[in-house]
Amino acid sequence: MTKYVKTICPYCGCGCSIILHVKDGKIVRTSPAVKDSINKGTLCIKGMLAHEFVHSPERLRTPLIRENGSFREATWDEALRMVAEKFHKIKEKYGGLTFGVLSSARATSEENYLISKFSRAVLATNNIDHCARL
Amino acid sequence: MAGLAQTMGAGAMTNSIDEITESQVLFVIGSNTTEQHPLIGSRIIEAIKKGAKLIVADPRRTYLAERAYVHLCLLPGTDAALINAMMNVIINDGLINEEFIKERTEGFEELRQNILQWTPERAERITGVKAEDIRRAARIYAGAERAMILYCMGITQHNCSTDNVIALSNLVLLTGNVGKPGAGLCPLRGQNNVQGACDMGALPDVLSGYQKVKDPGVREKFSRAWGVEIPEIPGLTVPEMFEAAEKGIIKAMYIIGENPAVSEAHLSHVEKALRNLEFLVVQDIFFTETARFADVVLPACSFAEKDGTFTGTDRRVQRLRKAIEPLWNSKPDWQIIAELAARMGYPMTYTHPSEIMDEIASLTPSYGGISYDRLEGPGIQVPCPHKDHPGTPYLHKGSFARGKGKFIPVNYTPPAERTDEKYPLVLTTGRVLYHYHTGTMTRKIDFLNKKCPGPFVEINPADAQKLGISDGNEVYVKSRRGKIKVPARVTEKIKQGVVFVPFHFAEAAANYLTIDALDPVAKTPQLKSCAVNILAGSEENGNS
Repeated sequence: MTKYVKTICPYCGCGCSIILHVKDGKIVRTSPAVKDSINKGTLCIKGMLAHEFVHSPERLRTPLIRENGSFREATWDEALRMVAEKFHKIKEKYGGLTFGVLSSARATSEENYLISKFSRAVLATNNIDHCARL
Repeated sequence: MAGLAQTMGAGAMTNSIDEITESQVLFVIGSNTTEQHPLIGSRIIEAIKKGAKLIVADPRRTYLAERAYVHLCLLPGTDAALINAMMNVIINDGLINEEFIKERTEGFEELRQNILQWTPERAERITGVKAEDIRRAARIYAGAERAMILYCMGITQHNCSTDNVIALSNLVLLTGNVGKPGAGLCPLRGQNNVQGACDMGALPDVLSGYQKVKDPGVREKFSRAWGVEIPEIPGLTVPEMFEAAEKGIIKAMYIIGENPAVSEAHLSHVEKALRNLEFLVVQDIFFTETARFADVVLPACSFAEKDGTFTGTDRRVQRLRKAIEPLWNSKPDWQIIAELAARMGYPMTYTHPSEIMDEIASLTPSYGGISYDRLEGPGIQVPCPHKDHPGTPYLHKGSFARGKGKFIPVNYTPPAERTDEKYPLVLTTGRVLYHYHTGTMTRKIDFLNKKCPGPFVEINPADAQKLGISDGNEVYVKSRRGKIKVPARVTEKIKQGVVFVPFHFAEAAANYLTIDALDPVAKTPQLKSCAVNILAGSEENGNS
C-alpha cells in the first residue's frame, strides 16, 4: 500500500507543493502536486529528489556528547539534562546577554516562534537571529 | 528588509508568484532566478513568451541574461550607481508618474536634486555598463504600465545593501509601479521559510509580526502572554554574535539547523569564535561542519517527519504535513525546544504544532486569521488579520504600510575592499542549480553530485589568458583572508575582471575568501564582492 502525503518542498522559498509517496514507512518518490499548488504540476530537479536525503544513512541517529575530545552516544534524557544544567549555570553566572541563538530558516514557523520564545523567556536574551542575510 | 521597512513599511515581496505573468516588464537584478528559484524563473520565461520584456542586471551572463532585452553587465556592488542613473534618465525624459508621486509619496524633491548628478555617463565609469544600455533599460522600465522588479542576494549581500534596496524602492515609487497586480518590488527569499522565520521574530530586534522589543507596549503584551519579563535591549545579529564570541562576550550558543562554519563570511574568524565558546549545542539532521565544534549534538528530524507551516517568498502560509514517523532516535525541533524549556523550569505543554499556531495568531496581527483548519487548500497569503480575511495577494493597495511611500536619496558606496595590483580580480559568490546552501542535504544525493560534483571558479577567457590558465586547470583563489584550490572554468559568461565561486562546498569553502564587512543597518555581510588573485595550482603557490 502506498500512502500519498501532500506537503511543501524543503529547498528554496518558492513554496512548491509536493507529494511524498510512502511505502512501508519509507519515502520512495516525490512528485509535484497539481491541485491547490503554486507550481501547478511542475517541479525542479532538486524538488523531484526532495525525499532523498531523508533516509540518508548519514542522518544523526541519537544525541551525542563530547567527552575527552571525542563524541559518544547519549540518551535524550542525559543530553537534555546536560544542556539544561549548562544553560542554567551560564545564565546564573553571566546573565542572558552571554547567550547566542541561531534559529533556522528551514525549520517551521511554529518552531521559529518557539525558539524565539525560548530565547527570550527562558534564556532571557534577545540574541536570536537566523540566516536571512545569507 | 531594513530598506523596505523605511520606504514602504513592509519588508516582503509585494506581489504573488502568479502575478509575474501579468507584468509587461520584468527587471531582474542580483538574482540568478532560474537556478536559485526555478519556479519563479520558469514564470519569467512564461511572461517573456507572453510578450513581456526582460531587463537583467548581473555580472554573469545567466540563463535569463541570455534571454534579456537588455543585459546590464555590471561590476559587483555597483548597483546603486546603476539604479540612480536609470532614475536620472526617467526624470530627464519626463517618464515619472506625477500623479502617483503627488498622491502617495513624500520626499520627491530631495530625491530629484540628488538624482540630477547621476548621469548615465557617470554611472558607466563606475558600473562598467554602457550609458546607452542604461538609457534603454530605464525607458523600457518606465514605459510599462505594470513592471516588476525581482531581486535577491546580489543586491543584499553588500556593505551597502540597505542603500541598494532603497534605490530600487525609489525607482518603483518614481514610476508608480506598486499597489497593483503584476507591478511591484520583490525580494526573493532563498530558503523555504526565511519569510516565516522573520515573521515569527527569530530576529534580535523584533518579536513576531515585527513588533519591536524596544516598544514598552509590545514587551508588556508578550510579558503577559508568556508570563515573564521580556528583555528590553535589542540583541545581536549573527555576524555580531560571532564577533562577540571571539571576544569572549558570548559564552554559549544554541545553533539550530544552520551551518555557519560553511555559510558565514570570513570563516577563519567564525571557527575561532566557535572554538572560543564555553558551551555549544548544535541541533541538526546531519553531523555538519559546525557540529564538529559542539559539546552536545541533538538529532532533529527532517521536514518529512513533522507537521507545521512554511511561509514562502510570496508570503503564502502553507501546511507542511508529516509523511513518516521520526527516523531513528530523532525528534522534531519544536518538541526538543519544549522539553528543554520544561527542564529549565518553563513548561511548554503543546501537543501539536496547530496549538502553537493558535498562540502565534493571538499575538501576531498579520497572522491573526491563520489557523490549521484554514490551510487545507492552497494556503493563505499574510497579512491575514482576522478569521474572515481572505489574505493579501499584493501589498500597498491604496496606501503603504507606513502611510506614504518615502523617497530617500542614496549614493554609491564602493565595496569595502577594492582591487589592486596584488588582488586584481573581484570575487562574487552564489549557488548552482544542483545544490543548496552548504550542501548538507543535496550533497547526500548521488544524482545531484553527478551533475555538479564539486567546487570551481568561473573566469573570463581574457583574464585566464593573462594569467596563463586553461579550462580545467587547478588554481588557487587567494584573498587577504584565505585561499582555496579549485579547477578553473574558463567562460565568456562572466564579466572580465570578475570571478565566481559557488559556496556549497566545504572542502573549498568560498567563505574562507569572503570579507566580513557589514552593511551598517541591515548587518548583511559583503559576500558578493571582495578582491582576490588567481594563481596556478603549483605546490609553490600552495605554500605561500
